[in-house]
Amino acid sequence: MAGAALQRRLTWHLSRVVKATRETQRTKTLALEVPDWPGHTAGQHVDVRLTAPDGYQARRSYSIASAPEDAPQVALTVERIDDGEVSPYLVDELEPGDQLELRGTVGGYFIWSASVGGPLLLVAGGSGICPLMAMLRHRARQASTIPTRLVYSARSLDDVIFYKELESLASRGDGFEVFYTLTRSQPAGWTGFSRRIDREMLAEVAFAPSLQPLCMVCGPTPLVEAVAESLVEQGHAAALVKTERFGPTGG
Amino acid sequence: MDDAELRLDGNAAAGMLREVFVYDLSGATGQCAACGETAEVGGQHLYMQPQSPGAVLRCRSCESVLMVFVHNRGRYRFGLQGLKWLEVG
Amino acid sequence: MSFVSRAFHGRPRQQDNAGRIPPGQYLEKGFPVLSAGPTPRTQLDKWTFSLIGEVDKLKNWTWQEFQKLPSETITQDIHCVTGWSKLDTVWEGVSVDTLLEGIDTSAEYVMAFSDGGYTTNLPLEDLTGGKAWIVFNYDGAPLEKEHGGPARLLVPHLYFWKSAKWVRGFQLMDKDEPGFWETYGYHMRGDPWLEQRYSGD
Repeated sequence: MAGAALQRRLTWHLSRVVKATRETQRTKTLALEVPDWPGHTAGQHVDVRLTAPDGYQARRSYSIASAPEDAPQVALTVERIDDGEVSPYLVDELEPGDQLELRGTVGGYFIWSASVGGPLLLVAGGSGICPLMAMLRHRARQASTIPTRLVYSARSLDDVIFYKELESLASRGDGFEVFYTLTRSQPAGWTGFSRRIDREMLAEVAFAPSLQPLCMVCGPTPLVEAVAESLVEQGHAAALVKTERFGPTGG
Repeated sequence: MDDAELRLDGNAAAGMLREVFVYDLSGATGQCAACGETAEVGGQHLYMQPQSPGAVLRCRSCESVLMVFVHNRGRYRFGLQGLKWLEVG
Repeated sequence: MSFVSRAFHGRPRQQDNAGRIPPGQYLEKGFPVLSAGPTPRTQLDKWTFSLIGEVDKLKNWTWQEFQKLPSETITQDIHCVTGWSKLDTVWEGVSVDTLLEGIDTSAEYVMAFSDGGYTTNLPLEDLTGGKAWIVFNYDGAPLEKEHGGPARLLVPHLYFWKSAKWVRGFQLMDKDEPGFWETYGYHMRGDPWLEQRYSGD
């Protein structure tokens, strides 16, 4: 869908918020109903546009967190950036029934579908989990057994978005494993990682380069660049390491 | 402030490029006219902030300018000199 | 544009602060960093500022020589073409008039050029008569790299993209040529009070 199809020029559409669900203290999932939704490939994003009464407009991009199989329902999971301009509105203000202008779906590079195969290495920093979640949900809906590993860096367990669902997916025994690293605080008895993702951690949990995994790395730009560099240094082909930078704060 | 804090990548330009092009350019492959590196647009460095005058796509290997994109009141202007070629489809 | 997002206002955007904010601008309290590429990190012992092009003699200054030139404190409002204006910004630098002292030229235009390849063109007239400086301090401290340090051009009466960060010299020109953003449609002069944002404005 994303790569080959000749599409019309994209324009803005009015979507309607169907449901708003808090995920963690700072994140919320917005379930949207979008007229004439064209469907999406896991990893793609939409651009969202807000307009103030005086005509001022602000735009941001948000990855689609829901599986393509859920269409026409589309879900965005938004992290509230404290001094942000758009995310506080989306997380604190938007209610079911409200309308939201969006443009999409876009993305022809940072995408994955089960037909592409694996193994699949997913590395997420903070809200970088969102496009990867779409991939994992798609994988589950396809009942895929492609070997998949997720390395997920968050500040604390309370900041791990989709924790229950990730644990549930990992317990299915279908070849999916998740490794969390909690960088600021860990619960009592925590035996997982507790530092920033580094070369040693990746060497320990990533698939060996000889298996030629497709690596998808998403989150704040500094994390993404450091991880991508480590993976390439470890022998993963640059063409197999795909990145999506979310900017300085990652939101 | 680290350079990494100032940049995004070609993924972030995908939407605005789709206002003009029928193909999603983030999935396009291009060759840098300066260093010869060939890579997908989505993985290249993008300098664009909410208050940028325009978006500047740079080669992730040598940081040469690949593409510049300015949207001004309904007109779109591109600079494509930094790409030796761009392939879509 | 007919759709308005319920209860969205964006950041507070105060306009027209007693005639100090040009049309279409809003007051900004912070100092946004806008970047078109990686931040240059030129060592001071390699830094020079040069006058080249249509001049009777080429001239340049090392950082040490530059520091010996008379400098002054400048308090000015600045206006970015993207909409924000910041009032009473305080800089320290050398007036361009000082740099051009004794220079004989028939040129009417200047291309300011910077580390990293950025360029911007302006009429020479907009750089002289106490209207422009090469600044190395902002708000009492050495200019941070993200904001153009060690030195940037400051031309506050024009849109701020003309105040080239990481400036390394001026090329004096007989004919006006577009610099980086001007090539992509931005105005050759850029007067915020005439809202000269794009060519044709």
